Amino acid sequence: MFRILEKREMAERTVCEFKIEVPDIAKKAQPGQFVVIRANETGERIPLTMAGTDPEAGTINIIFQVVGKTTGLLRSFEEGDEISDIIGPLGVPTHVEKLGTVMCVGGGTGVAVMYPITKAYKEAGNHVIAIIGARTKDLLILEEEMKAASHDLRVTTDDGSYGHHGFVTDVLKQILDGGDDVKLVVAIGPVPMMKFVCKMTKEYDVKTVVSLNPIMVDATGMCGACRVSVAGKTRFCCVEGPEFDGHQVDFEELVKRQRAYLTEEKVSLDRFMGQIPE
Amino acid sequence: MAEEKAKGKKKEKVPRQKMLEQKPEDRVQNFDEVPFGYTPELARLEAGRCLQCKKPKCIDGCPVEIDIPAFIQLIYEGDFMGAAHKLKEQNSLPAICGRVCPQEDQCEKVCILGKKDEPVAVGRLERFTADWERAQGEIEIPEKDPPTGKRVAVVGSGPAGLTLAGDLIKKGHEVTIFEALHKTGGVLVYGIPEFRLPKAIVQAEVDYLAQLGVEIKAGHVIGRIKTVDELSEEGYDAIFLGLGAGLPLFMNIPGENLCGIYSANEYLTRSNLMKAYLFPEYDTPIAKGKNVTVLGAGNVSMDSARTALRLGADKVRIVYRRSRVEMPARIEEVHHAEEEGVEFHLLTTPTRCMGDDDGWVTGMECIRMELGEPDESGRRRPIPIKGSEFSMDCDLVVVAIGAGANPLLPTTTPGLELNKRGYIVADEEDGKTTKKGVWAGGDIVTGSATVILAMGAGRHAANSMHDYLMNGQTTWP
Ligand SMILES: Cc1cc2nc3c(=O)[nH]c(=O)nc-3n(C[C@H](O)[C@H](O)[C@H](O)COP(=O)(O)OP(=O)(O)OC[C@H]3O[C@@H](n4cnc5c(N)ncnc54)[C@H](O)[C@@H]3O)c2cc1C
Ligand SMILES: Cc1cc2nc3c(=O)[nH]c(=O)nc-3n(C[C@H](O)[C@H](O)[C@H](O)COP(=O)(O)OP(=O)(O)OC[C@H]3O[C@@H](n4cnc5c(N)ncnc54)[C@H](O)[C@@H]3O)c2cc1C
Ligand code: SF4
Ligand code: FES
Repeated sequence: MFRILEKREMAERTVCEFKIEVPDIAKKAQPGQFVVIRANETGERIPLTMAGTDPEAGTINIIFQVVGKTTGLLRSFEEGDEISDIIGPLGVPTHVEKLGTVMCVGGGTGVAVMYPITKAYKEAGNHVIAIIGARTKDLLILEEEMKAASHDLRVTTDDGSYGHHGFVTDVLKQILDGGDDVKLVVAIGPVPMMKFVCKMTKEYDVKTVVSLNPIMVDATGMCGACRVSVAGKTRFCCVEGPEFDGHQVDFEELVKRQRAYLTEEKVSLDRFMGQIPE
Repeated sequence: MAEEKAKGKKKEKVPRQKMLEQKPEDRVQNFDEVPFGYTPELARLEAGRCLQCKKPKCIDGCPVEIDIPAFIQLIYEGDFMGAAHKLKEQNSLPAICGRVCPQEDQCEKVCILGKKDEPVAVGRLERFTADWERAQGEIEIPEKDPPTGKRVAVVGSGPAGLTLAGDLIKKGHEVTIFEALHKTGGVLVYGIPEFRLPKAIVQAEVDYLAQLGVEIKAGHVIGRIKTVDELSEEGYDAIFLGLGAGLPLFMNIPGENLCGIYSANEYLTRSNLMKAYLFPEYDTPIAKGKNVTVLGAGNVSMDSARTALRLGADKVRIVYRRSRVEMPARIEEVHHAEEEGVEFHLLTTPTRCMGDDDGWVTGMECIRMELGEPDESGRRRPIPIKGSEFSMDCDLVVVAIGAGANPLLPTTTPGLELNKRGYIVADEEDGKTTKKGVWAGGDIVTGSATVILAMGAGRHAANSMHDYLMNGQTTWP
């Protein structure tokens, strides 16, 4: 059992952050790695990226968007409550090196996944330009943190309520056109966003890394639920990823596989909503 | 009765006793165990069939050399507890082995009675005895040897790791099991379904180890949270790797990543470990195909096919590239699957999978095969028959064509030699690997095998480890 030490809600209660006591994982985790969480005895195993760790205090932070039953259930937990299982650190850590100018593009809750990676690129001595986007101002997360983690932060909202009115790709294009010698783009967010970023950076011939989020079960390479096609080859995202060369990823297949259980997810969520007095 | 027998009085011929079991039409509606097991009367009747041979063959047929005639004699005499203790001298998990051992290839294959008549039902008797003991609720906690101060880390909680842990804790060592999943038991909990091996039985074995003092750390993926070298640095004097063969193999044919195409590992893990058959009470979903195709014909395939039926499939087909005689599954599993209505399409192999616009599988293109000359495995090699392609509709596919070695731990462990298929190289006799202080055994050394062989490997490694820990820890091959 793992205790929740702090809980913070953000983005109109659609996103929630926990600080959890898991000393062994906190000691070992590196940027880009995730944990698998099973909330309780009847729970599903879901992967969530570590948005931060404190090895001394023995804690990790996770930031999750409430999208269904499990994330809904997790949000109902309070400080002091315990989570049945937390397994990690999983996945291959981000390969961080000093390249020059690096752009970190995060959309939606992808910003949470992006945050520790952005920090790591900056610490490695890169010039980091970050772009974060959300549908609207109130859904934007981690603006302050991202500002501190980068040299230059740009913000976009789809509805223009804050920052640039439009998509992260608009700003990305401006910067790529602006003549900065961008060595690497890291893009993390909803699949359509990553797809568009990759399409654009391909035209500019800038190497692009994406972090994929297929459905996972064990996340130790034992089941193949997480298989994704990269450069025409099947890869197990949980052990070979989650980061891959965005120009080689079959995003169409990924989207289809992510939608495999829509019917069951709705059944589960409706049942859960019927049980909680809200 | 015992006296009669001792006098060698000629016995009346008794046929091999069947276990009572759920009717096929009932059991495909539930996940309860299929056979109910012997009653004490049936068990004694079956035990009476044993010839108590002077030179019994069955003991050699058993990979852990249970004194089979002795435990059967105790059953015959009605001393069921005595029989249970006799079994446990050699086999720490008899309730499990009695259910899942391929007895027809082991003890029962060489049974002398089997030459003229049907062999003694050793597996059923073993199962009866272990179940009887468990039902009494008085599981005996054996005396442990005085503490040695040595610490042993066991990676993986399948039958190999559990056996080794049990042996070494009794010898006075401190033992910690690290298991990647959130539950212990390996394939026994994530792979083999409830209707064949109730999870309460596996749990009872794990609880027993915990009572003996084994420390169990579930949810610890070694290679990630700690490496093998870090375990040594933390003060573990010896390390056992019982990782299993957990890497699912796919066909590598076009369309294999369509939705509705599962590896058997995923399908069975969802159903067994995550209890998706109880969805939505349990949160993990599983696709419920109506028209299911299972590729392969081993135990794993039979388990997948029978799970699909229980999840509500109207039609379940097993597609296998060789013929019936080459099917690797236990006879009992094939028999149960057939009784339940699973269809067998032999000498057939898929060449690609077709799907709809949402990316769901709708069918497969297959080709017929014929058998040619024997290959390395000694089985006749299947060869595709040109122009025999045909298509087969289905809405769910389970790929159960075998498993490989998961590279996660080996790639983070310098000095550990692997063979060309990625399995760990370890001494056949004692399980020593090429890395000092590290042993390995079970499927991660042999490739996919059996529960009893994994247990045997655990036992041999335990003996070797004990010697090493007690005798100065110097020599390493
Ligand atoms: C490596 C990785 C890291 C991730 N990190 C984060 C993170 O930091 N923050 C965050 O908000 N989300 C993250 N996700 C996504 C998160 O796991 C899903 O949103 C979550 O599983 C949804 O569960 P649910 O029951 O609430 O919703 P559901 O209603 O069950 O599902 C909603 C959608 O989430 C996806 N999903 C469902 N079950 C799983 C599963 N077992 N594994 C993966 N995806 C699933 C499906 O695409 C589904 O359509 C990550 C995913 C991966 C693979
Ligand atoms: C569906 C199915 C049905 C079967 N039916 C039968 C049958 O009827 N009869 C029979 O005799 N055999 C059967 N087998 C085969 C038998 O189950 C295996 O041979 C046996 O379980 C192997 O035991 P093991 O201890 O080597 O490994 P496993 O049982 O595979 O256990 C290995 C454990 O190690 C854990 N692990 C792996 N890597 C790590 C790591 N890095 N860190 C921590 N933990 C790790 C795994 O999660 C797993 O729990 C079946 C197998 C399957 C899959
Ligand atoms: S353990 Fe297996 S081989 Fe040995 S006697 Fe029991 S059933 Fe036969
Ligand atoms: S989630 Fe099972 S192999 Fe990746």
